[in-house]
Amino acid sequence: MTPIIDIDFAIEILPALGAGLLRSLVATCFGSVLALLLGFLLFLAIGARRRAIRRGSRFLLGFVRSTPLLVQLYCAYFILPQIGLDLSPIAAGSLVLGLHYACFAAEVFRAGRAAVPHGQLEIATALGLRPAQIMRLVVIPQMLPVVLPGLGNTLIALFKETPSLSAITVAELLFTARIVGAENFRYLEPMALCGLIYLTLSLAFAGGVNLLESRLQWAAPHRKAAR
Amino acid sequence: MALLIKAAPDLLSGLLVTLLIGAGAAVLATAAAFVAGLASHARSRAVRVPARIYIEVFRGTSALVQLYFLFYVLPLLGVLLPAWAVGILGLGLCIGAYGAVVVTAAVGAVPPGQKEAAAALGLRPMQAMRLVVLPQALRVMLPQFGNLSVELLKATALVSLITLHDLTFEAQMFNQETLHTAEAFLTILVVYYLLAQGIMRGFGVLQARFDVGARGGHVL
Repeated sequence: MTPIIDIDFAIEILPALGAGLLRSLVATCFGSVLALLLGFLLFLAIGARRRAIRRGSRFLLGFVRSTPLLVQLYCAYFILPQIGLDLSPIAAGSLVLGLHYACFAAEVFRAGRAAVPHGQLEIATALGLRPAQIMRLVVIPQMLPVVLPGLGNTLIALFKETPSLSAITVAELLFTARIVGAENFRYLEPMALCGLIYLTLSLAFAGGVNLLESRLQWAAPHRKAAR
Repeated sequence: MALLIKAAPDLLSGLLVTLLIGAGAAVLATAAAFVAGLASHARSRAVRVPARIYIEVFRGTSALVQLYFLFYVLPLLGVLLPAWAVGILGLGLCIGAYGAVVVTAAVGAVPPGQKEAAAALGLRPMQAMRLVVLPQALRVMLPQFGNLSVELLKATALVSLITLHDLTFEAQMFNQETLHTAEAFLTILVVYYLLAQGIMRGFGVLQARFDVGARGGHVL
């Protein structure tokens, strides 16, 4: 066995890895949409007027953020069917990814909200806007430039955690790489390619986020200090 | 519940493995974070570039991919490590890369006047770093190191996938033997949560200690 990379073998396994990557990306997309929606709801909940909602959602946030994604995946994969919710592994995986990163997204939203000067809220109230209007017309447009880069980083982190889905039998990129490696008794090429694909994509996404950040700074230069 | 008590010794030994791997990885991560973090401030490119590459590679791929790479590929290259060493090495290097960014930012945030004053007082660069810059930077780093420690704790669950018998692995065994799924996983979720709370408390105490003499801070 030579440890030198076999290029032909690497090319041969690319289609299989591509199929795995596609599943990783599908889980990333569903997870991201869920993370953004749920994250915004959680953000609203931690600022809610009712104390019970505030407390409950803060606890949920802390709990989900400080427990391993892998164990949360096992919970969804093994417990949900027992209570009658039969989800496919990839659906359960996307759901948990979305929920996990929603808690991180909520934190990003909260930080963005804190960057909106308090006087803005007072003026909006003085102008007679209702709370929902203040949120929609005053707060959200101002917190968006602060929040977008942070959300981008959260979604990159979500993408990088998709390999954990292999533990609940989702045939995503890492899972495929391991299977290909086991079938051919050659782990070097599939694992190296898997790492390379993750590295390339997350660097590309990070580049996109940086570009977005510099654009937003140009659009709202006074925001720079708030970050 | 009775089943859980019967399984307690197994779960406790799993907890011990989780804690040992976590502690080992924390030591390695701290070392890697300071070495790579300070190296990315170095004047020479030969030092800066490898540090940047290390940081980008380990932050750009996920911890599980790194663990599998070390676990499956290192033996092919003639390096045979036991699984626990792979766990410590993989998690330590991964979290270390995130820590390096924290160190870089914190050292960069120390006002340049401090370094100039140190030089004017005749301190050598190493002395200035050790006596003037690092103590101030440490204060900025601590809260983020706290968050990274919780991330590390969460990441230790991944070592169950490279055959280590940690807390998550033991819970899976318990689940397979008894089919009491909810007890198995919800119990360890609470255990992880409590451990994370402990870590946060610990860092809170440390932060209070290190805040001595901070502007606007309280003196112990």
